[in-house]
Parts: sequence; structure tokens; C-alpha cells
Amino acid sequence: MAEMVAKGETPDILFWVGCAGSFDERAQRITRDICKILVHVGIKYAILGTEESCTGDPAKRGGNEFLFQMQAMMNIQVLDGYEIKKIVTACPHCFNTIKNEYPALGGHYEVIHHTQLIQQLIDEGKLKAKGGESFKGRRITYHDPCYLGRGNGVFEAPRQTLESLDAQLTEMKRCRSNGLCCGAGGAQMFKEPENGKKDIHVERIEEAMATKPEIIAAGCPFCMTMLRDGVKAKEKEQEVQVLDIAEITARANGLF
Amino acid sequence: MVSQLIFAIILAFAIGLFSLNVRKIIRNIRLGRAVDRSDRPVERWKKMVMVAFGQQKMFKRPFPALLHLLVYLGFVIINIEMLEIIIDGLFGSHRVLAILGGFYNLLLAAFEWLALGVLVGCLVFLIRRNIGRLKRFSGKEMTFWPKTDANLILITEILLMAAFLIMNATDHKLQLSGMSHYITAGSFPVSSWLMPLLPEASGRLMWIERSAWWFHIVGVLTFLNYLPYSKHLHIILVFPNTYFSKLTPKGQFTNMDSVTNEVKAMLDPSFAPPSADGLPARFGAKDIPDLTWKNLMEAYTCTECGRCTSVCPANITGKLLSPRKIMMDTRDRMEEIGKNIDQNGEFKDDGKFLLDSYISREEIWACTTCNACVEACPVNIDPLNIILELRRYAVMEESQAPASINAMFGNIENNGAPWKYAQSDRDNWKNS
Repeated sequence: MAEMVAKGETPDILFWVGCAGSFDERAQRITRDICKILVHVGIKYAILGTEESCTGDPAKRGGNEFLFQMQAMMNIQVLDGYEIKKIVTACPHCFNTIKNEYPALGGHYEVIHHTQLIQQLIDEGKLKAKGGESFKGRRITYHDPCYLGRGNGVFEAPRQTLESLDAQLTEMKRCRSNGLCCGAGGAQMFKEPENGKKDIHVERIEEAMATKPEIIAAGCPFCMTMLRDGVKAKEKEQEVQVLDIAEITARANGLF
Repeated sequence: MVSQLIFAIILAFAIGLFSLNVRKIIRNIRLGRAVDRSDRPVERWKKMVMVAFGQQKMFKRPFPALLHLLVYLGFVIINIEMLEIIIDGLFGSHRVLAILGGFYNLLLAAFEWLALGVLVGCLVFLIRRNIGRLKRFSGKEMTFWPKTDANLILITEILLMAAFLIMNATDHKLQLSGMSHYITAGSFPVSSWLMPLLPEASGRLMWIERSAWWFHIVGVLTFLNYLPYSKHLHIILVFPNTYFSKLTPKGQFTNMDSVTNEVKAMLDPSFAPPSADGLPARFGAKDIPDLTWKNLMEAYTCTECGRCTSVCPANITGKLLSPRKIMMDTRDRMEEIGKNIDQNGEFKDDGKFLLDSYISREEIWACTTCNACVEACPVNIDPLNIILELRRYAVMEESQAPASINAMFGNIENNGAPWKYAQSDRDNWKNS
């Protein structure tokens, strides 16, 4: 972003990468695929780079409102400093926090999740799913991230991107507004689960497996981690892939 | 004349007792902190019409929704009959609304069919609860009293409807026999099935008719006074509770304005925070007065159906957390504080708190904040908000978060990420 400003340019959109997208090796691949899609369709985007900081989501869900608001206000200062109007996020948690919780602290932006952006690009005819891997007829089941689906009512955008690939979309028993959490939300990602008889991600993977998928599609880097752990726990890594909607889109468009 | 007097006394006593208990409930709800839910009235009315009157969220599970609809419709509509019973009781008249003529016949026929619906619905509910072994009707918090409460409600409704139908059947038979007091009025499509079972002697018929009439009205008034002690209170509170629903996206958590002022002052020394009068005594919630009146109203509205718990990922996988228990604990503690105030004139410290005495740390930290419980609740209760407030207290007042959560907070503070990575490495992904 700083480089763009130095050159006197303004981006069409700011890509909010998020902590997972920045540091988690698996999520970094999703980050790069989102960038490839943005370049492919010719959207001029910027990132904050080292000026980006945690949105404060896990702090807020963990009950630390002080830390959340410190993070939020610092981020708002940076975003407003660059006069950012529109933001795309790779993570439903960043999406929810910036979109819903920053306005009360003075940060007003148009925020969309990357699955919504991809769906818009498909609708506009800018992404045609040509020149890459074919997903036609392949069994894909989509896992609703809580903070995208139930939290913000985004159920259709990710599904429409999969349908546009002629994939065979199979739904889990608990889907859409009834979707089962992967187990990572509410700061659970950063702690061991309480005592119980099962891990939540295992429960979810068993449900996903019941649809006999080739691919489990995700839209959240934390879900990605949990779902992959579940697949590993069931020793199904050879048969089932866990892929983000952005990765599937990039592959279908031959963006390597 | 004597019976009119007795009736008036019973009616006055029942209404008096009920208003007394309602005042206590309102007082208890007002123990909570202020929260403004007066915005967007049109949307709120719509929400109430859809969720409370229309039972929209019940229909996520069609079979119990259908049975519940039968009971609900019956209950609401048959209560029109109460108007007639009260007038007859006070003035010694009989079937005073018969002046409505043909419409009265229609009305009574509808009541009878609805009464049958309520009977069938309650019977199936009883079977589901006690023989069907549905998982959501058990659980740690479903101790003796909550289970008994549910059965008492169902049995009472069955008895009331049975009395109503027996009353109609005997009345009908007396009408046919030409008793002068029993004017020919009404239409009895369901209760006429009972006629062959009734005795022929008009004296005995009258005795049965009067007994059923008294049983019905006294039963209804008793039931009314049972509501404040029961989960059945939802039949009243569902309306305000859905009207005051949270209208913002489920993912959006409340902003703590008291914290905003402090953070602003930290970031900008020239910022003068508004006077401290508005500051709450505590950050987050440790006990009932730290929650909002809406949280407390929700605790009274909860009907312990367990839909929240049955979809909770933590509960499903065997953790201690149960959203239903959060609501039941909140109500129990609130009523305990209410009794304390009744006895002492004001609240006297009893050494107990909602957090720890009722809800354990293990429960609040097992929540994934996924909002499944909020989505599942047919009366728009938000257990997640209470869990969050308890976490806020544990973290901001006591610094008592699980160690790994504290480590995550530390990382965000120091490196702007929940993990131990340097902020300067944030864009390294570009290079690999």
C-alpha cells in the first residue's frame, strides 16, 4: 500500500490478508491464489503488508475488549490514513470484525469476503472457469464457516462459485444456517479443547465423509486447519482434499 | 348468588396474586443493566409477528412444530371462551355469548376441534418426553424439577381440555332434554362423541356440568398463577422477547463503550472521556446485575426445549457447556436474588455469584461462539451474549483466562498476530 501511495496510485480494493493468510503455511497458498485471481481479472489491489495487524477478533471473542479495541483503533488509523473505502478479506473472522464491529469505533468500509468477490467476478463474466483443471461432476461438499454463514448470512456466494464449475455439490446434513462449527471459533483455535468425548472437527469430518466427497471446500483458514486435522485423524488424506474456494477457482482458471 | 360471590372472590384472588408475581418478575428483570432496543420499530414488529405469532423458527423441526401449533392455536383461541365463562360466573347467566347466534355456533365448533387438537398434541408431547427418550429432553441441567414442570404443564392442559369437552357434552345433553336454564346454543361436533357415556338423570348431568365448569375455570386461574414459577412463562414473554430481539448480524458482538473511552484516552492524551458516572461497576458480568435486562428477560422466556444444546458443537462432543443450562442458571440465580431482596428489603450479600456458583469456567471457555444456539432458539434467546459477558469479566477484571488464551493475547499485543511471528514478516508469503 505504501508503495502505491508513493507512486500516487489508488487501489480498486484493499486485500486484507489476515494473520492466518500471512503466517500459516497452508493459508499462505490461499493468499497467493486470491492474488492470482485479482491479477487475472485486472483488479488493482493493495495490501497493507507489515502495516497490517490482527483485527482483534480472537481477543474480542476471548473476552479481551481492551485489546480488541486497541487493535481496531490502530487498524482504523492505518486504513483511514490510506483513505481505504473497499476491503476484501480472506478470512470470515476479519470480514465480520471489520464489517460489523469497526463502525462503532469509527471505521466505515465496504467489506466483502473473497468468496463474494469471486462470485461477483463470475457473474460479471470476468472469471470463466476455463483453461484449468476441470471440476465437472466431481463431488464437492462445502463447509459453512460460522462467521460467514450464520454470522453474516453469506450462504450462496461460495455455493454458486462451485456450481458454476459444474461440480456435483453435495450438502452435509448440517449445512447453511444449521451448519456445524469446525471447532476453531471463539478463540478455540488457540487453546486445547475442554474435556469431552470427541473433538469437534472429528465430528464435522465424519459428517463430511458421509457425503463421500472428493473435495471438502472451505472459505476460512481456521476451518481449513481444523478440517485438514480431521481428515488426517481419519487417515483419508489420499482420498479427500480440503481446498479453499479461492484455490478451486484458481485451479479451474489455470492460474498457477 | 352464593356461587357468584365465590366466583368473584376466586377471580379477584387469582388476578391479585398473579399481578403480585408479575411485579416481582418485572422487578427482577430490571435488576439488569440498561440496553437500548427501541430502534427500528417496524422491523421489531415484523420479527415479533413472524417468530412469536407465526412460530417461524419452530418449523426448523416440522413434526414438533405442527404439534406445538395445535396446542398454541387451541390455547390462544379457546381463551376467547374465558370471556364468556367470566361473565357467566359473575352475573349468573348461562352461555351469555349465545346472543351472537350463528356465529356462536361456529365459534364453539371451532373451540371443540381446537380442544381436540390440544389434547392430541399434549398427549403426543407427553409420550415424546417420557417414553420417546429424545436426547434433548435429558442432560445435566434437566433435573427433577424441570422434567416435572414440563409434565405438569402437559397434564394440566389435557385435564383442562377434557373438562371443557365434558362440560360441553353435558350441557348439550341438558339442552336436548329441555332444561330451561340450559338454552339451546352452540354446536358440539367433538363433545357429542361423549354423550353416550353420560348418565340420563338430569340432576347428575347438572352436577357433572357444574363440576366441569368450575374445574375448568379454577384450573385456568391456577394455571395462570403457576406461570411465574414455570418455564411455561414463555407464552407471555415470547412477545416482548422477540420484539426486543437483537437485529444486528449474529456475528456482530456488542461494543463496550466504557472501554472505547479508555482506549481513546490511551491513544490520544487530549481526549477527555465523558464523566465517569456512566461507567458500569464492572467490565463484563460476574452476577445478575452485570447482565442487561434483555439477558434477564431471555432467562424468563426460556422454555428449556433444548434446541440450543442439541446443536451446540461443544455439547455434542461431550463438553460440559450447555446453552440451555446457561439460561436456566441465569433464571435460578436471578430468582434467588429476587427472594433475597423480598426477605431483606434489599440485596444482602450471600457469597454467591452467577459465575462459579452456577456457571463454571470450564463451561464458558468451551464455547466456539458459533451462534448455533442463537440460530436454533425458537424465541430468539441469545445465550452466547451471556457467555461472552462472563468471559469479559474473567479476562478484564480477574485476568483469569486459560494460559494459552493469555499467550494469544500477549502475541496480539506484541506482534499484532495471535501467534509468535514478527510483524515485519507479515508479507513474507509474497516471496515463497
